[in-house]
Amino acid sequence: MYFSIEILILFILLSDLLLLASSRILLCIRTLALQGILLSLLPFLIEKEDLELHRLLLGLLALILRGIVFPLMIKRTVLKVGVKREVEPFIGFTASLFLGVLAFVGCFILDDKLALPISADHRFLLPVAFFTIFTGLFLIITRKKALTQVIGYLVLENGISTFGISTLAKDPWFLEVGILLDLLVGVFIMGIIVFHINNEFDHIDSHQLSMLGDWKKGSITNYLNAEREDK
Amino acid sequence: MKIYSLIVYFFILLFAPLMLGIINRTKAFFAGRRGAPLLQVYFDIIKLLRKERIYSRTTTTAFLLGPRVTLAALLAALAMIPFGKIPALISFPGDLFLLVYLLGTARFFTVLSAMDTGSSFEGMGSSREVWFSFLAEPALLVAFIALARHSGVLSLSSIYASLDHTLWREEFISLILIALVFSIILLSENSRIPVDDPNTHLELTMIHEVMVLDHGGPDLGLITYSAGLKLALFSIFITALLPWPPVNPWAGSLIAGLSLVVISLGVGIVESSMARLPLRKVTHFLASAILISLVALILSL
Repeated sequence: MYFSIEILILFILLSDLLLLASSRILLCIRTLALQGILLSLLPFLIEKEDLELHRLLLGLLALILRGIVFPLMIKRTVLKVGVKREVEPFIGFTASLFLGVLAFVGCFILDDKLALPISADHRFLLPVAFFTIFTGLFLIITRKKALTQVIGYLVLENGISTFGISTLAKDPWFLEVGILLDLLVGVFIMGIIVFHINNEFDHIDSHQLSMLGDWKKGSITNYLNAEREDK
Repeated sequence: MKIYSLIVYFFILLFAPLMLGIINRTKAFFAGRRGAPLLQVYFDIIKLLRKERIYSRTTTTAFLLGPRVTLAALLAALAMIPFGKIPALISFPGDLFLLVYLLGTARFFTVLSAMDTGSSFEGMGSSREVWFSFLAEPALLVAFIALARHSGVLSLSSIYASLDHTLWREEFISLILIALVFSIILLSENSRIPVDDPNTHLELTMIHEVMVLDHGGPDLGLITYSAGLKLALFSIFITALLPWPPVNPWAGSLIAGLSLVVISLGVGIVESSMARLPLRKVTHFLASAILISLVALILSL
């Protein structure tokens, strides 16, 4: 049991690093699916008592949503929109990894200072949960494409769930269901929005969206500058 | 115990070139070919050693030194590698730094002899070789430091001897990350596919191979043999990480031999299933190795 949790943490950590380092959106989606599946297995490994039926069902639901439904929904949008790569994010991929490692140190310090009581007797669980939250936030802040930001949102939420599972020993399930419901609606809406943004403006670069209207004199120049930068 | 180490040492010296043969056979298998015989590298080396030496008038002593110093440095480095519970021939606290610098010395003299020919291709190859190893070296050192931190000692023999089941149980994640870093460095330092293609035929795309283009005869034989030794050295870094039980030298040699075969198969599979990375992506690839080893170090604190 201990060993399987260990392997799980290793893979969650590696998937975070991969998300920070990768520019291919489809690869990011696959990593996200892997992370979701691993994460849904975590409560089963931590739980020492016998499993009741409703818990099993909730766990299965989480697995299906995180591992299959969300990635498929985003993948469908990617195929529709036709954006395969995150080109030139605000912070480059090697720099993202480097900042990620720095943040990882921060996560350990944070874990040390918080000294939370955790359910699983594993010292790396909480830092990795914090690190996953950081990865999600980082993706949302530094990537330009709306799709990568949606992925970042899901990673952020994966981190929060890991945190919840590792601190709430008894019943992370009810919390889980609430989060999952929100997410389902969120991803659904975001998928549709991204598709419509793309239809309307032929791109999904969120940093250009702030320059849409004629809210300021010279905004057209701003827009043109941004376009020139992109090229 | 020293005699045990000697047996394993000579075993590795004997079987190192076989790894190149196994990699080529694996690649041939995946490409649907039969491939050269497993012992082809030995035949090549013997043939090359019996040839006469011809040197260009442009070259100086530096050109002669390259293959010889490389071989000497690698022989010395191999003497410092323990295998599992069998200690190395030479071991003292801090030998891991000497090991890294021996590898650096070997590289320096290879680069020097390449530059000595005055060929612009070789200069370009040297520049790339140094660039990549400049990134691979810190990754290797940081991974070693993480290992030293786990075991609390500073000599390679004691570090590898302390890797038992308890340590693996406690430090599983960190050790797996270190093994991952060692694998990346193995591919990069031995000019294997994601970084460099050993079979490429265009000088512009070569990295390591272009540096030895002007070497021939016995010198090239020494270089081929050194390449085998270097591959064996990095493979043992990886396989010796496993919690081996204390064994007698013959069983130890057998396990070492088997692990060399397994690593060669792995390298062959990676080479057959991956394309070479573009040059600027290599920086990213190796920088990831540095950062993964840093994560391993953080986990060991």
